[in-house]
Amino acid sequence: MIGIEHYLVVSSILFVMGVLGIFLNRKNVIIILMAIELILLAVNINLVAFSVFLGDLTGQIFAMFVLTVAAGEAAIGLAILVIYFRGRGTIAVDDVNRMKG
Amino acid sequence: MELTASLSLVRPEIILSFSALALLLLAAWMDQAGRFISILAVVALGAAAALTVSSLGSGASASAFDGLMVNDAFGNFSKLLIYIAAAVSLTIAPRFLEKAGAMRAEYPVLIVLSCVGMGIMVSATDLVSLYIGLELQSLSAYVLASFVRSDGRSAEAGLKYFVLGALASGMLLFGASLVYGFAGSTNFAAIGLAMDKEVGLGLIFGIVFILSGLAFKISAAPFHMWTPDVYEGAPTPVTAFFASAPKVAAIALLMRVVLEAFGSQVLVWQQIIIAVALMSIIIGAVGAIGQQNLKRLMAYSSINNVGFILIGLATGTEQGIAAMLVYLTIYVAMTLGGFVCLMQLKDKDGNYREEFADIAGLSKTRPALAAAFAIFMFSLAGIPPLFGFWGKLVVFNAAVAAGLLPLAVIGISASVIGAFYYLKVVKVMYFDDAADVIAESDDKVLVWTGGILAAANSPLGYFAIPALGVWTAVAAKALF
Repeated sequence: MIGIEHYLVVSSILFVMGVLGIFLNRKNVIIILMAIELILLAVNINLVAFSVFLGDLTGQIFAMFVLTVAAGEAAIGLAILVIYFRGRGTIAVDDVNRMKG
Repeated sequence: MELTASLSLVRPEIILSFSALALLLLAAWMDQAGRFISILAVVALGAAAALTVSSLGSGASASAFDGLMVNDAFGNFSKLLIYIAAAVSLTIAPRFLEKAGAMRAEYPVLIVLSCVGMGIMVSATDLVSLYIGLELQSLSAYVLASFVRSDGRSAEAGLKYFVLGALASGMLLFGASLVYGFAGSTNFAAIGLAMDKEVGLGLIFGIVFILSGLAFKISAAPFHMWTPDVYEGAPTPVTAFFASAPKVAAIALLMRVVLEAFGSQVLVWQQIIIAVALMSIIIGAVGAIGQQNLKRLMAYSSINNVGFILIGLATGTEQGIAAMLVYLTIYVAMTLGGFVCLMQLKDKDGNYREEFADIAGLSKTRPALAAAFAIFMFSLAGIPPLFGFWGKLVVFNAAVAAGLLPLAVIGISASVIGAFYYLKVVKVMYFDDAADVIAESDDKVLVWTGGILAAANSPLGYFAIPALGVWTAVAAKALF
């Protein structure tokens, strides 16, 4: 029998993978965008699972909002990435270092 | 009927959303009308502010959209502060952005949209509306940070802000989902009721995640690392905006979440807030010492000030919340003033300068500017005759009254470290040999805004204390 805790374990694993994807990734900013999506999807699994478990629709509506905002966020992220690439000619994470201190 | 009543409670947000859309359409037809659209945006902000002013002193509170939002004195006070700060950052921007070739109509539109988001943030009473408001504000802010597309630093600031801001939103959201699951509702009042009984591990995890996400947004240590980079890279008027309006909104949001949703379990969050406050004060003070760039210095100064503001929240009392609001108001005036002074630092070729070396001996070549800058620095340091002192006084007063004496003592000692770098700015301006790089300012708008803000921070500001005291007391009462 699959219970609420199974869903929580899956979503927590996805969440941690997303956070690690942001901090351990040294290669490419696109991978960071993917990691952010992973975090948001982990949240959605949580919300939908809780919604079913509680018999309350709010969680599923919340998940729809999160999906919508995630789309906007990805669009803005890619737009910023494009102007960054135009100026610098690279999107390697290690090169994002014009400002330090 | 229910819908009309709800809509009439969110009139400021409606005005601002519609004017943002109208201005965007107008911008599509009128090329190069950035300045004109900025003026219209300031008018729209003024109209929205006028709606909030009328209910400042009244303790009435009405819930809209079935508990998603609330219209109360606390929200109205925060909104007024936000709209004023946004209007100032619109007013001071045109010259700077024109120089960078970026005075496009999107700048005022994005600021207005961001204000809609902030208005929703400060009046949200549900996790869903909290998230929507926060994202509307953040998404506009990411674009604003990278607004000068031709400048590599601006693009980099936008990228860093986006990645770390999205991570913060993700953490906040994960916490929100846990709180929803374990408390059974997304409504603050219902969460508060559920927390009356007992707080399990799941809820504690949720609270910690939400607090971390919000600490990110207010740039409190240990989640402050993005602040110096973003403040340095973003165009200066945008930095002035980031340091004032979104900070007010995020702190107000934090107050409402903590007191309305988690208010019944003070012990769960009080230690976190105390730790975050102390770390912000100390990191903000120590980190600023070696900085050569004045915008980075202001970034650390804002981290430092957020720490002092959080002391008021750590008390968890009505007096503490009122003190926070007083401090926030004064902080907005001080920080905006600091940035207005920074924006007047132009060399003879019209380039903007922002290094310590550039302001050496400023008092000899530009005495008025140096005096205004000195007022803001002394005020930020909290030195008595200036208004900044009053903010620190009320916050520490509340901390002592709530029995948090050790916190107050450590905070005051750390503010001495902070005074070091504020005074360093004054010392460089008044006692170093003149570098003579800064030319006479030709921007009357900046001179006047700087003058008004300097007057507000000077002892003249004390005349505002009676009104400020009444409004903040009524606003604080709305949260209890």
